[in-house]
Amino acid sequence: MRLEGKVAIVTGAGGGIGKGIVLRLAQEGADVILVDLDQAGAQAVAQEVERTGRRSLVLPTDVSDSTAVGAMVARSLDWGGHIDILVNNAGVELIRPFFEISEGDWDKTIDVNLKGAWLCSQAVAKVMAGAGNGGRIINVGSIMSEMPAPGEPHYAASKGGILMLTKAMALDLAPYDINVNAIGPGVIKNGLSSKGCLSDPESAEKIRAGIPLRRFGKPRDIGNAVVFLSSAEADYVTGVIIYVDGGVILASPWS
Amino acid sequence: MKLAGKVALITGAGMGIGRATAQLLAREGARVAVADYDADSGRETVTLIRHEDGEATFIEADISRPSQVRAMIKETVRTYGQIDILHNNAGIDLPQATHVVATRIDDWDRILAINLRGVFVCAKYAIPEMIKAGGGVIINTASIAGLVPMKQEAAYGASKAGLVLLTKQMARDYAQYGIRVNNICPGPMEKPTRHRLDYLQTDPAAFAQRQSFSEQIPLGRMCKPEDIAQAVLFLASDEASMITGADLVIDGGFTLG
Repeated sequence: MRLEGKVAIVTGAGGGIGKGIVLRLAQEGADVILVDLDQAGAQAVAQEVERTGRRSLVLPTDVSDSTAVGAMVARSLDWGGHIDILVNNAGVELIRPFFEISEGDWDKTIDVNLKGAWLCSQAVAKVMAGAGNGGRIINVGSIMSEMPAPGEPHYAASKGGILMLTKAMALDLAPYDINVNAIGPGVIKNGLSSKGCLSDPESAEKIRAGIPLRRFGKPRDIGNAVVFLSSAEADYVTGVIIYVDGGVILASPWS
Repeated sequence: MKLAGKVALITGAGMGIGRATAQLLAREGARVAVADYDADSGRETVTLIRHEDGEATFIEADISRPSQVRAMIKETVRTYGQIDILHNNAGIDLPQATHVVATRIDDWDRILAINLRGVFVCAKYAIPEMIKAGGGVIINTASIAGLVPMKQEAAYGASKAGLVLLTKQMARDYAQYGIRVNNICPGPMEKPTRHRLDYLQTDPAAFAQRQSFSEQIPLGRMCKPEDIAQAVLFLASDEASMITGADLVIDGGFTLG
């Protein structure tokens, strides 16, 4: 067990990639706070956490609301006694033709994907720095942190922002031994892609064939990378993004 | 044990990153072919692994010589039956950092022959064995010097930048055979490469300057071989089964600014 005694907060924990992250953290010994507005989804994942023998707490929180985030972090600290790991995974993906993207779409995407990661990080880092035991922040970026896909410039901008936010926070928080890194998922089955580019079987098959490793990722693949970055094995890793994409950015499947 | 039943071939395994990786992979259950051009240090790595009841064998090879590389691959397969993991770690640096004008032509050729052509040759002869076995993992020791220009590292930087792209090229070309290929990019190491070390021991001022790197590193220390070994283990394991073509930077934030 690589995370025995650790307490982790995972946002967007109610399904998809978040579920994969939560379960891998719990399997390695961490107690997990599941943050999600989808309370039913988060409760279902929490039950699976309890089956691993770890503790869990569900907090329905809008990560783009600073007051709500402050309350969530205070409650988490109260429950866990300390916070060692934060995984900023909550995200929305609204695919639209370019001229149909509304101001509301833009704001929602940036608010949840980018501002939410920032708000949670600032609030949790304050707790970590105060405790003086260091910590780990892991942001879920995307292959779109580096490579755009059609129909979602707002999503791509939010994920490009996540990459730079990761590096900037790594620099600012290194004096407190808080390592900040990102994961860049590719096309993940049961992730946001299921409602997006994978919703049509024919285009899904075309995308799969274009992935160098010829398969979609699983939430567990992302969870494995999060565990590595959360563990002592990655003590010296900060400010990086690890793409878990089967090689997609080597060979854009939609070009 | 994450690598039970696996066979790993590690070049430059006689010291530093290569030795630490050989020891860690053996602890995780891999049978390790320890390759190095220096027999004494390579054999010492094998002894260290056997002391912990690990399985390892030494193979003497200079990767700048294709015939020796072919023999090394053959010997690994003859001894252990297959190659699941190839860690292309052998590399050299010039004794003194140099800019282009000051770099001797012979030194340029030597660096490229080992750091870039050597990896190409190792991969060229190892990949067919991996395809036969239904897949494999290649991990190349590149460097942050292959991603950003370091001061006066013209030949070394160019060789590592070439390696960064060669890795992505191989990742793309051999993914269909179930072969994953990734880079690890260490930052400045606590202990420099052996050639650089020999030189630094004769020049205390240069040594002090090098050690001052740690003040420029956000996490406040230089890189240890064990930091890199852990990253190699992660990339070699099934936990990274969807990671290919990546550059994993392990530098304590050195390249952030």
